[in-house]
Amino acid sequence: MSTTITATRNILGTSVLRPDGTAKVRGEFHFSSDEFATNMLWGATLRSPHPHARILSIDISAALKINGVSCVLVADDVPGKLTYGLISSDQPVFARDVVRYMGEPVAAVAADHPETCKRALEAIRVEYEVLDPLVDPERCLDQSVPPIHPDGNVFRHQRIVRGDQSIQGEVQVEGTYDIGMQDQAFLGLEAALAIPGHDGRSVELHIATQWLHEDRKQIADCLGLPEDDVQLVLGGVGGAFGAREDISLQVHSCLLALRTGRPVKMQYSREESFFGHVHRHPAKIWMRHHATKDGRIQRIEARMLLDGGAYTSTSPAVLINAITHTQGPYVCENATVDGFAVRTNNPPCGAMRGFGVVQACFAHESQMDKLAVACQLDPVEIRIRNAMSKGDLLITGQPMDSVAPVTRCIQETAAIPMPEAVTSDDPLLLPGGSGRTATSSNIRRGVGWGVSMKNLMYSEGFDDYSTARCTLQDGVAHLKFATSEVGQGFVTLAIQIATSILGVDQVELEQIDTRIGSAGSTSASRQTWMSGGALDGACRMVREMLFEKVGKEHHVDPIRLAIVDTDVVDTMGTLRVPVREASAGVSLSHTFEHHHRPTTDLDENGQGNCHVAFAFVAHRAVVDVDPELGLVKVVQIATAQDVGRVLNPLSAIGQIEGGIAQGLGLAVMEEIVIDNGRVRNPSFTDYLLPTALDAPVVEARFIEEPEPMAPLGAKGIGEPPCISVTPAIVAAIRDAIGKDIDRVPVRPQDICL
Amino acid sequence: MSSEHYALKVNGARHEVRDSWIGESLLYVLRERLGFYGTKGACEQGECGSCTVLMDGEAVCSCLVLAATAQGAEIVTVEGLAPEGELNDVQRAFVDKGAVQCGFCTPGLIVAITHLLDNDPQPSESKIKESISGNICRCTGYGRIFDAVQQAIEVRGVNR
Amino acid sequence: MTVVNAQSIDEALHALAELPEPRLVAGGTDMMVEVNFGRHKPGDVVSLRQVRELRSWHRNDDGSIFIGSGLPYKVMEEGELAMMFPALAQAARTVGSPQIRAAGTLGGNLGTCSPAGDGLPVLAALDAEVHLRSLSGERRVPFSQFMTGVKKNVARSDELITGVTIPMTVGFQGYAKVGVRNAMVIAIASACFVHDESSNSVRLALGAVAPTIVRCTEAETYLDGVLAKATPITSHELDRFKELAASAARPITDHRSTADYRRHAVTILAKRFAERAFNVV
Repeated sequence: MSTTITATRNILGTSVLRPDGTAKVRGEFHFSSDEFATNMLWGATLRSPHPHARILSIDISAALKINGVSCVLVADDVPGKLTYGLISSDQPVFARDVVRYMGEPVAAVAADHPETCKRALEAIRVEYEVLDPLVDPERCLDQSVPPIHPDGNVFRHQRIVRGDQSIQGEVQVEGTYDIGMQDQAFLGLEAALAIPGHDGRSVELHIATQWLHEDRKQIADCLGLPEDDVQLVLGGVGGAFGAREDISLQVHSCLLALRTGRPVKMQYSREESFFGHVHRHPAKIWMRHHATKDGRIQRIEARMLLDGGAYTSTSPAVLINAITHTQGPYVCENATVDGFAVRTNNPPCGAMRGFGVVQACFAHESQMDKLAVACQLDPVEIRIRNAMSKGDLLITGQPMDSVAPVTRCIQETAAIPMPEAVTSDDPLLLPGGSGRTATSSNIRRGVGWGVSMKNLMYSEGFDDYSTARCTLQDGVAHLKFATSEVGQGFVTLAIQIATSILGVDQVELEQIDTRIGSAGSTSASRQTWMSGGALDGACRMVREMLFEKVGKEHHVDPIRLAIVDTDVVDTMGTLRVPVREASAGVSLSHTFEHHHRPTTDLDENGQGNCHVAFAFVAHRAVVDVDPELGLVKVVQIATAQDVGRVLNPLSAIGQIEGGIAQGLGLAVMEEIVIDNGRVRNPSFTDYLLPTALDAPVVEARFIEEPEPMAPLGAKGIGEPPCISVTPAIVAAIRDAIGKDIDRVPVRPQDICL
Repeated sequence: MSSEHYALKVNGARHEVRDSWIGESLLYVLRERLGFYGTKGACEQGECGSCTVLMDGEAVCSCLVLAATAQGAEIVTVEGLAPEGELNDVQRAFVDKGAVQCGFCTPGLIVAITHLLDNDPQPSESKIKESISGNICRCTGYGRIFDAVQQAIEVRGVNR
Repeated sequence: MTVVNAQSIDEALHALAELPEPRLVAGGTDMMVEVNFGRHKPGDVVSLRQVRELRSWHRNDDGSIFIGSGLPYKVMEEGELAMMFPALAQAARTVGSPQIRAAGTLGGNLGTCSPAGDGLPVLAALDAEVHLRSLSGERRVPFSQFMTGVKKNVARSDELITGVTIPMTVGFQGYAKVGVRNAMVIAIASACFVHDESSNSVRLALGAVAPTIVRCTEAETYLDGVLAKATPITSHELDRFKELAASAARPITDHRSTADYRRHAVTILAKRFAERAFNVV
């Protein structure tokens, strides 16, 4: 990918267009599902139809006899480690003795056509002894319930105990809140092409993923190969949102390719995708807020129970995010929080945009509204009265040392004009939409608020560094990194950084792969900060090398040199050398690792500086509700977001609008429905995503107070948009109908029955 | 599996399809047999619009067309909307207005919007939204896409 | 195994009679989902896409309208058909996405016979007749006798649904569908309401709340009686009407909704139709 910039070179903060935009609108951009190799085979996965069963036998002989079938693999064919996992390696590559969730992989096939694969899967005979599934998270805490996995039924239990536990507020409000299981539902389905090496013991995997190096580590372990024999190349990624953090088809496709000696392409269907990746944790959260009569929070008690499903994935980290965000963006000196992430026979849950904070936020914002009512304050006033500032201590004892413009976020959101009432009877503008269920006389309008705090980067002592290399040659900056571009626009930012620092007109982005150090994951709102920081460092070092060279050649102290437009300029003299000329015939290169400041584990009382930094956002939702039918149309979302600094306004607004749509989905329509461990709606017919007719008008303001800790002054902006918008919409529904609602998504029957 | 031989007319050219399985969708044949990878598949049941192509002038989901029944039809994919190396006004607007993030839904949307504007150069806001309500975008929340459609409408208005 | 791209009804009927395991496909929007999901392995396919006779509509001598089974929903959304049958236009506009409406047909809805098929409550409320043709001739079956259960109808394997005949009615008609998304959604409950001014009688058909499309005959009779009084409908009468309408539903609880909500939704749809059609005090 290459791009040429001809306007001003200091382009951080401007709406530079995506370098891959043209290819994407032409249909020429290569997504991982577009990979092709001559002589390739198709791979497919056999999955358990049961949420919990013992495998008595597997007979693959009939499948092997099908014309066109090359290979069938089961657990005994895994040459290396039999399990994988991001935090705990407890998930089998293939189930051997027992299946623990509906959709767990049991076998894989490779054949000449996707339809041949389907027939081979149908021909594999698996004899199951069906067992009762453990599906109630509360039961996982009962010691007498037999473990469904050797590692037990609790992934993690963590308490936070801070301050005076005896405080009883003059005002107390409490509630129990349920959050449903949301799916990331990226559009570009899981897909990969595994190409075996000629030596028969190495493999190159072209894969859509969020973190190439972590994938490689887990794949190499399972293949029983050294990491150097497993190279990963980023295939075009069609969205991620957390669902590509875990292993899905990576190991299977590599195993099939190594076994058959031929390239193997795997590609999930939408139905399989629902079983093939983790989801957002369903949670039950109880909270009690103690406050003074004038609405100041004195103490919070909370209990959180997250259903992690059958395998660990990132459950322990999601839990920590949830409980450490119990207070939201509000001052609270005393707290008792008890959090559990447990193992059930439900689908495994892990990362999704917001990562535990979405669940906590729905509870704390619902509580803030209850507190406002109890104290006879309006929703804005109760939030401003409690708003956190820089320097406040969190319930973990960690000082808030990020820029924390919470009050500004709320005030600037409140200042955004309200939308006009709908008077038209165009059904498309009303709840129910094209179903024509309502006229404007059937509608009631409501307004609601949500404000949130979100940690940035990884926590609890993890050093999720990023690596980038810049090479300047003949006036062209070549950038190399392993940062997954999943659609968020890091490739655009990379060009902006290099152009701004080096004064070059041309930037070449090299292939994104594992032939450089790790960039960490594209998640946790971290790549602008981390990979942006690494690239910023690499480009600055190369600029220093360029100044050294020019200084030496022209007998000028390099410290006097600067880049002005496309020239190296002596700031105290007349020397002016074009960067192209100064870098002609040489290759100035530097590889830079960016590490954020260290964090620490939590102690047994949940105390510790476990997070790196935080970002804040406020949302105000205006909704129209048909109270009799329980249908909702979200009219407008007003938002002001703490971004540190805007590096690309067009990219930033895209993140904000996209995140809001996902938060809207969780509020009113998106839920994986599970019945005794069985997923009932693994399709886009029944798992509903917001359409163009469901999208609200978004009025967004950026709060720009540069973050001193961040390399570019910019905070991550990916996650905050989808967090507090959900409780804001639910609050607006409550406001419209005057009824308590304590679960998301809000279903029609929750409103009208 | 039985095999079929037939021809399809895609972007103005005739393409032979040989040794295919009868159950193959137009989406599969366009991509895996004829190499038109611009058309994307994301749901296989007509609920996402990623696979939208024009068939005899109508925007349809190619995943729901049995390929062998498309013989004789004029099929246009995203690759056929603009001459080689050029962008049509909708494609240009998508790039300019930030309507592309991951880009997976983009080809389907480009085909659907081009089809809309070809049939109604001045659609109302409501009509625009309804016309693309079958094209799911998971990244953008649609805001920049609406913006891009407005730019394309304006450009067409000027050029008429 | 083969694909027959029939050019005429006759060719399609011969293919139906001669092929060992024929499957008719019109727009393809139902069948291909089954194929893509591996739930149906197509044997012989008889495609109706190119049968022009099926893709048209016309007015019969008695004033009724014949709509060919291959006419895409898109054509029903606006224009002359929409003026004559607003409820059909409204239902057509809720079918799937614009892309689905460009391909999907009434024939497909009838062939599949899903209780959530958007076109079906309209055919029920408008007293449509279904035309079934085989090599041995044509028969016409009232819609009320056509659909016999979930995805079941009386068409024989050698028969082709060629279209429907819909009598003209004058008076208010409407279709409404409840779903939790503002577009492209399968009905949780749907209803079609027709007021025939010539007889001053009403018809109410429900979708997605029973194994078949149901007509609310008790509610219809009750409201006819109220209308005969020629006084504004009272709120008590409206309540009675909507309760009777709901009593015709036999809804289930599934992943899309609950039986209670579906029954409730029917009462609201019935009430709103009466309010839109008549003077209610």
